[in-house]
Amino acid sequence: MRKILCISGFSAAAAVVMASAVTGAAFAQQSPAAPAAPAAPAPSAAAAQPLPPGSPLLGRPDTEAAKKLAPVAPPPVPTAADKLPLDKLKAKAGFKVELYAAGVPNARSLKLGPKGTVFVSSRLQDKIHAIVEKDGKREIKVVASGLHRPNGIVVHKGTLYIAELSQISKIENIEDNLDNPPKPTVILADLPKDEAHGWKYLTVGPDEKLYFHIGAPCNICMPPERHSKIYRVGLDGKDLEVYASGVRHIVGMDWHPTLHQLYFSENARDWLSEDMPQDKLNRVTKPGADNFGYPYCHQGNLPDPEFGWGHSCSEFTKPLTLLGAHAAALGMKFYTGKAFGSEYRNAIFLARHGSWNKSTKLGGDVVVIKLNSDGTVKSMAPFLTGFIQNNNYVGRPVDVLPMPDGSLLVSDDFNGAIYRVSKGSSRVAGNK
Amino acid sequence: MRRRLVAILLIPALAVGARAETFAERVAPCLACHGENGQSSAPEVPSLGAQPAPYVLIQLYLFRGRQRLIEVMNEATKDFSDDDLMTFSDFIARLPSPRPANEPTDAQRMTRAAALVHQYRCDFCHNPDLAGRDNIPRLAGQREDYLIKALREYKSNTRPGYDASMADVLARISDAEILDLAYFAARQP
Repeated sequence: MRKILCISGFSAAAAVVMASAVTGAAFAQQSPAAPAAPAAPAPSAAAAQPLPPGSPLLGRPDTEAAKKLAPVAPPPVPTAADKLPLDKLKAKAGFKVELYAAGVPNARSLKLGPKGTVFVSSRLQDKIHAIVEKDGKREIKVVASGLHRPNGIVVHKGTLYIAELSQISKIENIEDNLDNPPKPTVILADLPKDEAHGWKYLTVGPDEKLYFHIGAPCNICMPPERHSKIYRVGLDGKDLEVYASGVRHIVGMDWHPTLHQLYFSENARDWLSEDMPQDKLNRVTKPGADNFGYPYCHQGNLPDPEFGWGHSCSEFTKPLTLLGAHAAALGMKFYTGKAFGSEYRNAIFLARHGSWNKSTKLGGDVVVIKLNSDGTVKSMAPFLTGFIQNNNYVGRPVDVLPMPDGSLLVSDDFNGAIYRVSKGSSRVAGNK
Repeated sequence: MRRRLVAILLIPALAVGARAETFAERVAPCLACHGENGQSSAPEVPSLGAQPAPYVLIQLYLFRGRQRLIEVMNEATKDFSDDDLMTFSDFIARLPSPRPANEPTDAQRMTRAAALVHQYRCDFCHNPDLAGRDNIPRLAGQREDYLIKALREYKSNTRPGYDASMADVLARISDAEILDLAYFAARQP
């Protein structure tokens, strides 16, 4: 009786579903796919056998510590402003870090509109947010929703482009319509629907084309033809072409301000070892021809134990530098502002989301990478640290955004927050 | 048992006392399908007992925002506040763990499946006893039909999940292996 009363609180359609589910209780705990005498051929008898030579599963860690490795999922609800780990975050001496915005769920990629709006993407939620400053106060607005893995965004000539898992769409004149934006118009559809590494980063090149990638649909595998490549396509969604190949997964790209070459961070495979392979910083110098090695060669010099046979790492384009094993190098931007001083001009700020496939966590910081005049790497150093405390995440940096005033925004998808780093001394004692 | 259940129901009811409906009234429809003692007896409806609260919170959040589409769940959660999501997940996490399937067990199949659990590292994230932790669900004692359904949905990308971890894992797992894995997990205490 009580059950029936409770069901009445639901819609009629829901009640039917529930009622049928309840009456189905008689079939409780049957094994629908396991007949009493298994007639199906024993499909996986080989699985119980020792692994074949060269299997990537060989050497898998069996210690109790290693068994605690698992992807870290951020809480779905953003952290309240007064609970954010601001006192834990340490900017390099001479810089200070403060809160820019809280309550932006799963804040991922950051892009700036020509009128000063900060656009924030999401990977795990279905929305794009815009942050506007009005009368000295910041306001957070939802400008698109009902999206699937809308991780990639870019604003070009007033139009917001959104890369979801399997399509790219646009909203024109976005900054004039922040309060009542139209639905996005799809310009490129039917990209692969694989969830694994299906989320995208999006940027616009000096040729006014959109650049994005299709990641490997796995940790390590021989990718299908369309996968593991960087593509470019016109702003109208036409003339799709391969720009680079042999790429496992990218969540950060930007264009060198004077050389006009595409730089990108690439995440290396998991489960090979604690300390190898490392993530990479790459550069495309031969558009259409560069192959960065996946799945054959990792970090420029480490043949894959399964797919590397018959190949040499010398066949592939080398990385500019290595960014740490499992460190999850994500968003990166060139800094062309003046506020940080000439030593930072045209340097790369890059967010390392932090490892999960490693016992002692690595990353969880923003690094600054300084380049030589030919675009090769001169140095890499920590710039903003403290996201890892006692081998646990108190936040996870995803992308960076140099602002017109020369400050640097940093998104944190774990807390749903954005921080601002600028010149100056911190109010936190001991943070010099 | 009855007395204990009532006690469990009353604690959160006090916390949500401002609402017209008591918490017990609000949670009753959940338990009607998912089972009052943490054990579902409805086909393809998961047992929720001892599911880690962060995992349940994520699922309820996805249901509310229609990012995971199960009509009855979308309907049930559509007016939930963030506090409701947390109250319900905390309550569900305290339900007793489901009893494993207790029909005769095929020992050879269990051995084969145990190797798969290790090979695909199910035990790394879901814990060696498959009890789950944090955002990673409990599998031990779960309904076998639900496990098969969920794994097939992950493999075909029809259940995106919160992040894509399971799609990644399932890429290499065959349907025959899915059946073995579900058989094994449903029989773990």
